[in-house]
Amino acid sequence: MSITQILFWFLSVLALFSALMVITSKNPVYSVLWLILVFFAISGHYLLLNAQFLAIVNIIVYAGAIMVLFLFVIMLMNLNKSNEPQKNKWLKLAAALAGGCLLLVLVAALKNAETKSAIAESGTGDIGLIGNLGKALFNDYVVPFEISSILFLSAMVGAVVLGKKEASSHPSGEEA
Amino acid sequence: MHLLSIDWWFILEKLVLIVIVISLSLVIAMYTTYAERKVAAWLQDRRGPNRAGPWGILQPLADGGKLFFKEEIIPLVSSKWLFILGPSLAMLTALLTSAVIPWGTSLHLFGKDVPLQIADVNIGILYIFGVVSLGVYGIMIGGWASNNKFSLLAAIRGASQMISYELAMGMALIAVLMLTGSLQMSVIVQNQVEHGWHIIYQPLGFIIFFICALAECNRTPFDLPEAENELNFGYHQEYSSMKLGFYLFAEYINMFISSAVMATLFLGGYDIPFVNETQWGLPQNLLAIIGFAVLMAKIFFFLFVFIWIRWTIPRFRYDQLMNLGWKGLIPLSLANMVITAIVMLWKSKT
Repeated sequence: MSITQILFWFLSVLALFSALMVITSKNPVYSVLWLILVFFAISGHYLLLNAQFLAIVNIIVYAGAIMVLFLFVIMLMNLNKSNEPQKNKWLKLAAALAGGCLLLVLVAALKNAETKSAIAESGTGDIGLIGNLGKALFNDYVVPFEISSILFLSAMVGAVVLGKKEASSHPSGEEA
Repeated sequence: MHLLSIDWWFILEKLVLIVIVISLSLVIAMYTTYAERKVAAWLQDRRGPNRAGPWGILQPLADGGKLFFKEEIIPLVSSKWLFILGPSLAMLTALLTSAVIPWGTSLHLFGKDVPLQIADVNIGILYIFGVVSLGVYGIMIGGWASNNKFSLLAAIRGASQMISYELAMGMALIAVLMLTGSLQMSVIVQNQVEHGWHIIYQPLGFIIFFICALAECNRTPFDLPEAENELNFGYHQEYSSMKLGFYLFAEYINMFISSAVMATLFLGGYDIPFVNETQWGLPQNLLAIIGFAVLMAKIFFFLFVFIWIRWTIPRFRYDQLMNLGWKGLIPLSLANMVITAIVMLWKSKT
């Protein structure tokens, strides 16, 4: 076994185990921490595929920013076992069924996909390096890139507007 | 020596380098605590620590010993693992950043060149950002696991402050990246050796970066997470013994590392100012050591400024801090970025 293979198996086991722990942990704070570990394992996979930019952006954006916000919300709301709303059994069954259906659809869609036959370019591909990625992004895909950035901007403005509305309806309220 | 198709000598070389860099960071952080007390004493016209050893230079060791011998208390109701994880993470993320900083040119040892940099990855700056953005967890997890309202409040303050100032920091850096055209730390230093330091081209960017570094290290005037008159003690209130020591120590390591990052990105790293050292005809090893000493001098200068600011400027109020971050620094750094881009475009046209 080469070192790449060993790392691949290690990272895969780590990712799957942490992902299982995310959904089985009783305490939501632990779930978030396991989820961070999942992101690290996935970033490790990206590194094996020589996609360094993707790996580090995955850590900055997901592990560094989005998960911090998750943690924020969970800590402030102080969710724990005792005040977690107990869903009824049928709802759980329906959720499991729906999830299973999604899995089925995904497997069916990927079964005959081209990518299955392509072998992963582990450690050799260079499209994931930042220079090549930047050139591709700003030459070939510049319009979709700009459109998605405008989408983000409008979402941000929307969030600010929603937040502001709350404050203006309570003029006597304290400023945050 | 090849096993599993890995060059084990390479691993060994890097391992030695990692051990050296980490012990160096720890020793310097230790003596920064001493320097802080001495400088504070100097600014306030008193003597400072002078009992342990000559001029009190054994004071950091005495402090460390004291922390080790204190009783270890884990609050009964807190989550034990997270309580231990908090300070460990704070320490870990503080030390991780040192991996991409070029500490000097390469040494020639045992018949081959040994670069004085642990990992010269081509995403160096992004790596620093990744680690900085993870730095929040140490504070947040520790503050939450303490199961204390003051700690939680402090943790949330710390986290939101770090997130806010990361943005301005990143945008101040984009201008530097545009000048260099690379995210690799060694290329950034080399570019400054050839074309002059970035602080000349990016004075505003440097100031923004410096302010954000103060905020990221939780130093005065941005030490709101440890505002003792509002929060008793801050996010490490429930901690005792060496766990508290880790939190306090991580702050000094952060100071050291962010000084190193600033020296590398804006003050030319290991470049010796005003001279072209390659023409001196000195042996390669000596030049590398001189370069390292110059980098250290720049870092010590920044450390002194950090301490100087702490004992001169009072703390902000929380809304002032947020206003400065979101309404002051972010628009400024955006303007800085756009102006840099325009000037570069204009220069490339003519």
